[in-house]
Amino acid sequence: MSMHAPNAAPHHDHDAHGHDDHDHGDHHHAESHLPIEDHDTVTEFHLLEQALRELLIEGGVLSASEIQQQIELQEAKTPALGAKIVARAWSDDGFRARLLADPKATITDMGIDVSHTPALTVLVNGGGVHHVVVCTLCSCYPRMILGVPPAWYKSREYRARVVREPRVVLEEFGVKLPETTEIRVVDSTADLRYLVIPERPAGTAALDEEALAALISRDAMIGTGLAKTPDASAPLSGKA
Amino acid sequence: MFAKGTHVRVQDRLIPGHCRTPQYLKGKIGEVIEDTGRWRNPELLAYHKPGLPMARLFRVRFKQADIWGAGYANRIDTLDADLYEHWLERAERPAAQGA
Repeated sequence: MSMHAPNAAPHHDHDAHGHDDHDHGDHHHAESHLPIEDHDTVTEFHLLEQALRELLIEGGVLSASEIQQQIELQEAKTPALGAKIVARAWSDDGFRARLLADPKATITDMGIDVSHTPALTVLVNGGGVHHVVVCTLCSCYPRMILGVPPAWYKSREYRARVVREPRVVLEEFGVKLPETTEIRVVDSTADLRYLVIPERPAGTAALDEEALAALISRDAMIGTGLAKTPDASAPLSGKA
Repeated sequence: MFAKGTHVRVQDRLIPGHCRTPQYLKGKIGEVIEDTGRWRNPELLAYHKPGLPMARLFRVRFKQADIWGAGYANRIDTLDADLYEHWLERAERPAAQGA
């Protein structure tokens, strides 16, 4: 994802709220309506992956169906799992305390399989602290509850810039926080993965867990977004 | 072994091959916020070795201004990173962090 222009927000999907950027008028933007074409360019990495995969299959280390199953397993994990966890943490203080003390056991108790996955630490936004997660060394990400990371999370630009100028990067994501809020960048450099619990928006006291979960975007659980307010698609204002 | 609250400096050295200590933190001083226990050493695991002896991993909090210097305007922003014990050494609290 491009973040070259100073004010150009990286284009990331706010899955739960409706996009209003298509006006369906006569002046279509040509580039947004081009047919999707496969690019024929095969990079060295494609060739390497293909060669390695074929060797593993030929050598009997893995079968093609095992690889396919693993891909399906990975793709079955979506940020909806994370949103369910956060919504319960917002609603149930006991659950929240257990989640902070022993994240994986507590998530397992919800019926979400996080066995054979790295250790998880839960970070709570609010009280004057805003966490935002990155892996500057590669692309470590809590896949077990958020699924496959977005392309921008793996980009060199996000990884390099969010540690150096987090306030600028957050503004590009539409998150403007007061100078008095401590921005805490969490660089996931080793064996721990991080889930951010965003601040619960005002006006949500009456909502059940399912309605709350709809307010929790993937970006809010990385820290590059805020939870949405219930009445609108607009995220909660950063001005506390 | 560093207790919570200990100030530590990240060793400024290079190793060949796989390294989980980011370059931008080398030589910087932070504060231990958590001892996460012992893990198989990824610098060895990367080469199909058993990763032994296990390495203790600490969560360390840095002031952004201590990492980037005066060019980082906000004084309260922080950065947490997970660093193995063999990359850390005891240090004095950085002067700029005083007030």
